[in-house]
Order: sequence, then structure tokens, then C-alpha cells
Amino acid sequence: MAVTEVSPGGTKAIGYARRRQTLISGWLLLFLSVFVAVVFAVPVTGDASFRLAYPGDAFVIPNLVVPAAPYAYVVSALLAFFGIRQFLPGAARWSGLLLGIGLFLVVTAFLTWATADKSFSLTGMLQATIVRAVPIALGGLAGVLCERVAVVNIAIEGMLLAGAFTGAVVGSTLGGAGGLVAAVLVGGLFGLLLAALVVTYRVDQIIAGVAINLLVLGLTSYVSSQVLTHYRELNNAPVFRSINIPFLSDLPLIGPVLFQQNIFVYGALIMVAVATYYLFHTRSGLRARAVGEHPEAADTLGIDVYRLRYLNVTLGGMVAGFGGAWFTLGSVGRFDDNMTNGRGFIGLAAMIFGRWHPVGALMAALVFGFADSLQQKLAILRTPIPAEFLAMAPYIATIVLVAGLIGRARPPAADGKPYIKD
Amino acid sequence: MSEENGRAALSAELMKRAAPGRTDFEDLVIVPVLAVITAIVLGGLVMLATGVSVGAIGTAFVALFTGSVGSISAISETLTAAAPLTLAGLGIALGFRAGLFNIGAEGQVLIGGMAAVIVGFSFESLPIYIHLPMALLAGAAAGAFWASIAGWLRAATGAHEVITTIMLNLISFRLVDYLLRSPFVQKPGRADPISKNVTESAQLPQLLSWLDPNMRVHAGIVIVVLAVILVYWLLFRTTIGFEFRASGLNPDAARFAGMKSGVIIVVVMGVAGALAGLAGANQVLGVLGRASPGFSGGLGFDAIAVALLGRSHPFGVLLAGLLFGALQAGGRQMQVSAGVSLDLIAIIQALIIIFIAAPILMRAVFSFAFQKQARR
Repeated sequence: MAVTEVSPGGTKAIGYARRRQTLISGWLLLFLSVFVAVVFAVPVTGDASFRLAYPGDAFVIPNLVVPAAPYAYVVSALLAFFGIRQFLPGAARWSGLLLGIGLFLVVTAFLTWATADKSFSLTGMLQATIVRAVPIALGGLAGVLCERVAVVNIAIEGMLLAGAFTGAVVGSTLGGAGGLVAAVLVGGLFGLLLAALVVTYRVDQIIAGVAINLLVLGLTSYVSSQVLTHYRELNNAPVFRSINIPFLSDLPLIGPVLFQQNIFVYGALIMVAVATYYLFHTRSGLRARAVGEHPEAADTLGIDVYRLRYLNVTLGGMVAGFGGAWFTLGSVGRFDDNMTNGRGFIGLAAMIFGRWHPVGALMAALVFGFADSLQQKLAILRTPIPAEFLAMAPYIATIVLVAGLIGRARPPAADGKPYIKD
Repeated sequence: MSEENGRAALSAELMKRAAPGRTDFEDLVIVPVLAVITAIVLGGLVMLATGVSVGAIGTAFVALFTGSVGSISAISETLTAAAPLTLAGLGIALGFRAGLFNIGAEGQVLIGGMAAVIVGFSFESLPIYIHLPMALLAGAAAGAFWASIAGWLRAATGAHEVITTIMLNLISFRLVDYLLRSPFVQKPGRADPISKNVTESAQLPQLLSWLDPNMRVHAGIVIVVLAVILVYWLLFRTTIGFEFRASGLNPDAARFAGMKSGVIIVVVMGVAGALAGLAGANQVLGVLGRASPGFSGGLGFDAIAVALLGRSHPFGVLLAGLLFGALQAGGRQMQVSAGVSLDLIAIIQALIIIFIAAPILMRAVFSFAFQKQARR
């Protein structure tokens, strides 16, 4: 992203911006403290019980029972402490962390409030969190791979959609594995197209990305309404079942959440690990990052800037294609128009949120996945808050976190700029 | 790039500006024309590949033409579709000029449209010259407010506008769903989320209904023309427009020249949001007459393409908006008479953008149409 540094030059001005940010988060935390006390603590009585195990699990652990009102008072007190801490000397250093912890505590207080006198399956929600985080994490990872070589990838959304479509169509004819391979290849193809446009033909990176999104949306919707409506057997792919990892899947809480998932969850976790290793612990990863930070210097050292950009962007496309297959082969088996529904853009946000790091992107994706599953499960608990507002909450929280936490994050220095070899 | 290189590029740029010649003509006329033709031909190939017969493809292209410019009612449809795209596109173009990437037009269109609808149905007996401007103004103000949240966050905390506008889009979808179900807005007697109808005194009057009551073109096109002129004047004839462009081209230089970058960001986002909000008001007051979930129909995203295609210049945006409007009107005709899905238009639009944005590609493929020039 062609980010322009906002804080005016000079450390003094940056210090001023940080102090203001700290003060804002201080007031926000104090407000939340009062809010939690008034809304979540005063009106409730009774205990909230969280189910941690499914009936029939190998190890049955008892429910976690939390008294709702006292817990909310504790959270409120902690928030007040965090808030006051923001106004004391040396606050800037801890401001982001405390705001993050504070928001997490608010979410837990909210959960106990909503669950008071009822019981709620925590395991089920965490399991859904991981599943829903997968396409966002893979989209974010695709973005990281591209932006580390200074190619802005707005086209993640389109690549996900292409993967979803290919997965459904090829999966219906060749079976799940064939569909998955095809989705990865088609994702890579669109990565290659993006690379060709921005590297060889020097199209503005954002224009190229927007155009690819439109192209994929058009192509998939067109083929789906022109062809798939007449040949329904082409849109009925098998779905990958979850694989239980021996022994580990029997662990309480962790087992169902991490080790009873399908190939997409394991794939995403492995890819994040491999990408981190590749980018930060190998020679070619170092070279890729050099291309992203200072292509002229990299070129002078004999690194082929164009080749690395082609390579990384194509890889990013393949990752996104894999993530796209999740929508069809990993969940419902059939393709619907525009079924990614902005998840690629959330992946983009996860990448920025995660500070251009694969693990960061995964963490950010987990936050979005948590919010997504929370909203789905809360419908069962019948809270007095309208469902639409619950659905908004994660996005509002993202804005708050982005404003409070990562306002200072820095993209790769050459991000978004074409490199023209002399 | 080395300093010398930069200086060479700068002097070439200055030369170009001093003597607009063959290259400019090629970039501004030949490339776009070839791009549109190539995209339409490729669209034909896509139809062929999906089993549409050659005869039907011929019918489709004829329908694309007649449905967009073939008759007065076709032109009316084209203008109706072009109006909101141009308005929202102008807002996004303004952001691009100031170095801001505003993905949030979709949400601003929705929020602006909702505000216009609420003002539109809330008053029963106001004269049209008070009620209609009020509704339009409400749309613009609500859009401006929604967009300037992102602007303020960017200026105050440095939060990236791409993330905040995406999040504001998602929030606006939920907010509209909520409002459409609230008793104040929802049409009495309906269970589905749909708003009350806008009263007649707040509707944009149809311009050609005396010819044929089916002609939908409405007074919104007057607003579009005024907005194009206003944005041109703002960008190129006022100090604040100069500051917009300066902070887009070189934010550091602009800051050292004493421009207040924070204020500029908020103002740019505000104006962009007002334009997108007007686009939403234009839809609900001129075409739909009420609001339903997702009434913007992706218009805010198409407007990004319009702004890019128009090279972020007000007149370019107008032309691009007209082209996209024509493709949409023609595409509907194509769907009716040739049975080809409207989604084909999205493919053609995307290809046009790619080809126009890649003059190097067009020069390489159609080398006969261009003067030979030194490799850049």
C-alpha cells in the first residue's frame, strides 16, 4: 500500500502522536470499565457455565462455572487500572498491549453476562473460530507473500473466489483431491497474471488488483449462471471430512479445537509456519524481503528483482487458491455467486493488522474468526442486543485496535512501487 | 532510481507537458478505443467457450449496442445507470488525487441512501423545492459523516484508511439491515426488511416521462453534471484543491510547505463521502423510491473501477461512468434478447480496465497502430 507517513517528521512529533494515542486509549479503557460495571455487572445474578467437553469425550472435564456479576466487577476494576495506567509516566510502552488485553477482557465479561444462568459450549465456539479463520488467514498470508516483495495484492478476494469456483467444478468431476490441486493451480495462475501485469506491463498495482477482482467475479458468476445452472452435476463436489490426529485429538478442549479439523486447517497452520521459516530464516526469504525494502540495492547485489516478484506473487496466488477451495471443498461443496463475500478484503486487513508477518496475519484472522463464530453462537443465547449490532462488534473492535495498536506499523518500504531496471 | 535518472524523467515529463503531441493522442484516444474493442471481442470468445451459438453471439452484440445507445429509451437507461457510478466515482477519484484509497464508497452510498430515504418519507406535505433538496442534502451529509470517520482516524491515529473503510462498509451493511427492520423505517404490514416509500415531493422528477412513462432518466443527471464541474473547479482552481493534489503527489513536501495534512485528509474524505452519499440518494430518490437490503448493488465497488478508468480526472470519470452505464444498460438488453447472462458485462468491464491500464501491453500487441518510440 502506498502508505504515506502520517506522523510529521522528527521524533518529537512522533512522541506527541503516541502520547495522544495513549491518552485516547486511556479514556477508552475508563469508558469500558464503567460500561462493564453498569451493563454487565449490576443487572445480572447467577452463574455462567461454559461446557469444555463434549459428552462422550475420552477425558471429560467439568464445566467452567463463573459467577457472572463478581467476574464483571473484577474485569471493570482491571480496566479502570489499565485506563489510569495510561495517564501515568511511561505509559506509551504498554499502551497497545493493555488495550488489547482490555478488549479481550471486555469480550469475556460480555460472554459471562450473556451466559448467566445458562450454559454455553466454549469448545464448540473455539472450534468454529479456527474453521472460520482459515480463509482469512490464508488470504492474509497470500498478502504477506506479495507485499514482502513490494507488490500490493488487492486481488486476494478474486483469487479466493477463483479457488472456490475451481474447487467446486473440478472437485465435482475429479473428486476432492483433484479439485484442491486445480484450485491451487488456478490461484497460482491469477497470481502469475497479477505479477505479469504489475512487473512486466507496469500496470498500477491497485488497478491491476481491482481489475482481477472484477474479472474473477464476472467470470465465475457468468459461468455459474450460463453453464452450472444447466449442468448441476458440475457443482456438487465432495467435502473434505475432518481428520482426527491420534492421541492429540483426545486431549480435553485442545483436542477438538486443534486436532479434529479438516485438511484446510492443518494446511493453513503448516503454510503459516513454512512461510515464516521461508521469509525470515532462509537466504531466498532474505532476498525477497530485500526486494520489498530496497529493490535498487537488491538489484545491485545481483538479485533478480523481477524473478523474485514473479515467484512470490505466484506463490501468494497459490496460497489464496488453497484458501478459496475452503469455501467449497472445505464446507458446503457447491459454488454460489460471490460466495467469498469480502473475506479477501478482511484477509487484507488481517495482513496489515498482523504487521506484514505470517504469524501476525494468522493471529488477526483468529480474532476475526472468533468474532464470526461468537456472533453465530450468541443467536442461541438470546441476548437482548439486536443481532445486527452483535455482528458489527468485531468490525468496530478492529477499527479500535487498528487505531490504537498498529497505527505505527510500517509496510515494506518499496510497497506498491514498480521497479524499473535501468 | 538514481538522481540523474529522476532528472531525465522530469525533463521528459516537462517536455511532454510543453508540447502535447502524438504520444498523448495515442494514450488518450487510441489505447482506450482499442481496449474497448479488444475487451468486447474477448467477451465474444468467452460466450463461444461457454457454448453460446454464433448467431446468439451476434444477437447479443447487436442488443448490447441497441440497448445502450440505439434509441432514446436506451440512452435514458444508460444515463440512469451512469449517474450514480459517476457521482461515487468522482468521490473515489478525489481520494486518489490526495493519495487516499477509499474502498468505502459502498458503505457511504448505503448510509447516504438511508438518510435520504428517511428524510424522503418523513415529511408529508412539503413543497418539492424544499423537500427534495433536504433529502439530497441529508444523503450527502450522512455520506460525508460516514467517510470522515475513516478520515479522522487516519489523521488522528494513522489507522490505514483501507482497513477502516472496509470495516465501515461491513458495519454499514449491518446498520442498514437493522434500520430496515426498525418500526420507524420499515414499511407497515411488511415482514421483510424494506423501507417506507419516499413521498412524491422528495423524488427526483423524471425528465422524459412526457415522451414515454417508462423512461427512467431523472433529474439526477443534472446533479451529476454540476458535481463534475464542481469537482473540477475544486481540484484545479482552488487553493484547497491544490493542497489535495500536493499531498497526494508528495506528502512530505506538502507538509513542509505548511499544509495541514490531517485537516486535508478529513476534508477529502468528507467530500468524497458526500459525493458517494449523493449517489445513494440519487438511487433511492430517482430510481428505487425506497430502500431494501443491499440496494447499492455493488455500485461503490464499480465506482472504484470508474475512477481508475477515468484516470481520477473529473471529465475522465464522467466518460468512464457513461461507458459503464452504457455497458450495464446494453447488458440488460443482451440478457433479455440473447439469453446471455448480465455477468458477461463485468468480464468486459474488467478487461477494459486491464487494457487501458496497460498501455505497454496494448502497444506490444497492436504495434501497427502506434508510432514507434524509444523503449522506456
